[in-house]
Amino acid sequence: MLSRTADNLFWIARYIERAETKARLLEVGSRIALLPSAAGYRNEWDSLLQASGSAIGFGKKYGEAVQRNIESWLFFDRDNPSSVASCITSARESGRIVRTALTAQVWDALNSAFQELRQLERTPRSELELSRLTEWTMRHAALVRGTIDATLLRNDGWDFLNLGFSLERADNTARLMDVKYYVLLPRVEYVGSGLDNYQWTTLLRAMSAHRAFHWAYGGEVTAAKIAHFLILNPQCPRSLITCVESMTGHLERLARGYHRSTEAQTKARALQAELAELRVEDIFDEGLHEFLSRFIREVATLGGLIRDGYLNGDVR
Amino acid sequence: MLLTVDHVTRYFYDQPVRAVVQSHRLTPSLFDGQRTVNWKVHVSDGQLGGGFRDGAGDWVQGWTVLGPVSEITVHVTGVIETVDCAGLLRGHREVVPPECYLQCTAATEMDGALAALTEGMAGRTDLLSVAHDLSARVSDAIAYKPGATKAHTTAAEALALGEGVCQDHAQALIALARHLGLPSRYVSGYLLADGDGVAHEAAHAWAEVSLPGLGWVGFDPANRCCPDARYIRLGSGLDAADAAPIKGTARGPGQESLNVSVSVSETEVGTGQSQVQQQ
Amino acid sequence: MAVIKYFNEMYQGDAVRTPYAQLQDWMQSMPAELRQMKQAEAENLFRRIGITFAVYGEGGDPDRLIPFDMFPRVFSAVEWAKLERGIKQRARALNAFLVDVYGRGEIVRAGKIPARLVYQNEAYEKSVAGFVPPKGVYSHIVGIDLVRTGPDEFFVLEDNCRTPSGVSYMLENREIMMRMFPDLFRENRIEPVDSYPAKLRRTLASVAPAKCDRDPTVVILTPGHFNSAYYEHSFLADLMGVELVEGQDLFVEGEFVFMRTTEGPRRVDVIYRRIDDAYIDPLCFRPDSMLGIPGLMDVYRSGGVSICSAPGAGVADDKAVYTYVPEMIRFYLGEEPLLKNVPTWQCGKADDLKYVLSNLKELVVKEVHGSGGYGMLVGPKSTAEQVEAFRLQIEADPGNYIAQPTLALSTTPTFVADGVAPRHVDLRPYCLVGERIELVPGGLTRVALKDGSLVVNSSQGGGVKDTWVLAE
Repeated sequence: MLSRTADNLFWIARYIERAETKARLLEVGSRIALLPSAAGYRNEWDSLLQASGSAIGFGKKYGEAVQRNIESWLFFDRDNPSSVASCITSARESGRIVRTALTAQVWDALNSAFQELRQLERTPRSELELSRLTEWTMRHAALVRGTIDATLLRNDGWDFLNLGFSLERADNTARLMDVKYYVLLPRVEYVGSGLDNYQWTTLLRAMSAHRAFHWAYGGEVTAAKIAHFLILNPQCPRSLITCVESMTGHLERLARGYHRSTEAQTKARALQAELAELRVEDIFDEGLHEFLSRFIREVATLGGLIRDGYLNGDVR
Repeated sequence: MLLTVDHVTRYFYDQPVRAVVQSHRLTPSLFDGQRTVNWKVHVSDGQLGGGFRDGAGDWVQGWTVLGPVSEITVHVTGVIETVDCAGLLRGHREVVPPECYLQCTAATEMDGALAALTEGMAGRTDLLSVAHDLSARVSDAIAYKPGATKAHTTAAEALALGEGVCQDHAQALIALARHLGLPSRYVSGYLLADGDGVAHEAAHAWAEVSLPGLGWVGFDPANRCCPDARYIRLGSGLDAADAAPIKGTARGPGQESLNVSVSVSETEVGTGQSQVQQQ
Repeated sequence: MAVIKYFNEMYQGDAVRTPYAQLQDWMQSMPAELRQMKQAEAENLFRRIGITFAVYGEGGDPDRLIPFDMFPRVFSAVEWAKLERGIKQRARALNAFLVDVYGRGEIVRAGKIPARLVYQNEAYEKSVAGFVPPKGVYSHIVGIDLVRTGPDEFFVLEDNCRTPSGVSYMLENREIMMRMFPDLFRENRIEPVDSYPAKLRRTLASVAPAKCDRDPTVVILTPGHFNSAYYEHSFLADLMGVELVEGQDLFVEGEFVFMRTTEGPRRVDVIYRRIDDAYIDPLCFRPDSMLGIPGLMDVYRSGGVSICSAPGAGVADDKAVYTYVPEMIRFYLGEEPLLKNVPTWQCGKADDLKYVLSNLKELVVKEVHGSGGYGMLVGPKSTAEQVEAFRLQIEADPGNYIAQPTLALSTTPTFVADGVAPRHVDLRPYCLVGERIELVPGGLTRVALKDGSLVVNSSQGGGVKDTWVLAE
């Protein structure tokens, strides 16, 4: 398939996944904001901006971090390339470019998300509750994913879409956890405190995973259990190991189909092997933040190898 | 005359580039005035592309370089036997009709000052003399001065400046001739440097004007003459850009710089032949 | 002003002409509510499929639909057979002309067409002179715009030798009609058009270059998804099962052109390009073009790839050269033209200019290189001020204009707000020229939806119809 087509498919998935993460982040923010502020600590919404990785752009445009502006920035603002609106628009545009590689159903899902977005943009903000916006985003992301799963040919294009979903999700899960641990929690003394637990629970909620977590672990919410759940538990759909396994699987399908392996396969297998051997204690020995930062870098490297091996058009 | 050419063009890139594509008009024309004894074009790390003789009779040769590379050398060497045809392009096979060379290009667009140089010419029927006169007027109006103009300087700009190089002379003459309804074109090639101290360039350019009954006739306003046995003709076009001996692109953010060296020398007939035998 | 009698393709007096016999009942048996429902259904189908004209930068709805009229336009087998011969004849002559003017130029030497019109034409590509494309074909898809003025009177309005657009509407209009009115297709024996993509692909494959020694790889080259015809490009690519590429997807290496794929470079043999000559190869044409493929022309001319339509084909279809097409048919084919040209005055000629300027009110005046219904004057439909304003334009640059009599364009019944009414139509069939010449029985019928309007262009309030050719 054309490298440009593969690249667009890869990015459709990444944009959809990213839109969903931004919506989840907004939900985390609004819940944390319901909690009495920890004295002497910065505004929680500000932490959220740090988490979104777009604090500088926001600061330039809006200045102070008040909830309404942050909602605009993360959801509607086209100046923010990772806002929900920007992501959905980009995903639909990529879809239009590779229309022939999609089924009518997938295109319909992408296109109706975009058309409805334009409706939302015309609706007065006073009529839009945050929860409606986040639910709307998740519903459409699910629709796109569902049509891909149910209607698309299982060819290389399908692999590139799924690589996009998994890679973006791995990155996003790692970032959300890192934010929780490194940014949201004011001081190290708070570890294990009520605030700590409340934040973890909120995070799980944002990942639609708090009930699953309780089924799997029960009892107290601890950092160790959460880390295990979101990093090492292959049952958790957003855990790092699940994402990496999915990438390995799709890369191996590509290698079989193309009769050719690239460095991306080697890298993905190495990453998967490392996670399979890892215990929670090892992670905390390394330091959760250090581990997550390293993982984010590794995933970015893998993304680069996928680009060089398939997407950039210079494949020989 | 037996002329030996050694022409090296070096491209330097401050960052490596990929997918270099070049289109060459670097092969001597086939006509009564010149005969190829030997000729070779080499592109460093290059892969030979498609080659063909175009409608104007020029051999066009494609080259590609996969890269990444930071430097590319195009090396042209060869020996050509020439005879003086008094500027006439005799025995040259081409299918493009002369009328095609009435088309104006950005580089050869007329302005008031250029038009003034054609004063008294319109309506004259001695077209060969008209062409000679135009050539002389261009020589008078634009003084030879290397570095005064750039690759993109137009005929009108060069005239306004009053200075230029062979490219400017040729383009100015082309503009004037076309203005009078005479098809004319830009020719690139080489010129043997003579010992009399007259300034000119070894990688040279002049103009051709199509005249009834004579066909294409060369005029070199830069040297106030018509091409003779000292000239080697490579290819033609509507203007300098169209006739460029090397056109090319490269992919990458790198900035290109260029270094050209050309030498054309006269070879004793005996020596030239022995060179041929060595090959 | 004299009342012009327009030929109605359905009625002759009160009698229904045979090709439309079945449609009389169909029309009468459809109550207004059903018609509105069907119309809404059709629009919905178009929108879902995604056929829209996205005209970026013009504002308005970027996903605008071209209005679709459900009332089909019908030709009998006999009518079509005659048209088909005329169209194929014209397509053959136009290609013979192109090969000639890039070769020895016999027609110019014979004095049948002025050298200036050919060799000083902006569309004449000096860079392809001396080259004969595979199978001697320059224009592989010839779109010939026809109008009808009577039962047997057809006129060619213009030829499109480069990349005529609109064929996706021919295919989609049929698809939608078949979905909505299957009974109509059972009752009438209508020749199918759905073989067009396969025939196009076969045509393109048949002109593979000299150096291609295998099953040729065909691609469609689009300027990109911002182009207003992008939908058509992707639609055709999909139906033909070929890649839709942009300039950036292709590159030249050695003697060939390759596309960038996830499995490495893949050689391309035939490029059906939907971009203009000027944007094909920055080395050869516009150095500032970001769309082209550097080195493509060298590969093309040395027989490494075929380009359809061939660069330079445009010289056969400008409005000044159009006048000489009947002469081409006589000169190359030794036949009399089966389809008539519209009498044309060239404002570049002094006598013609005089006539045109004194009869502006009766004439249609067009720019030589204009298209899309812009830059034209329809004398009888214009105000005195419009006529005078146009007069100044013509006087300023006469060579840029041609004039034709206002033709009494035929009408066909068309659904309008309060029922059915006659509206003016034209026809663009798509003739394929490769190893053989083929014409799918059908084409794109454009209809001027405004009452009395003679301008059928979609940009000027025109719509489209399904075009039927009945089997014998």
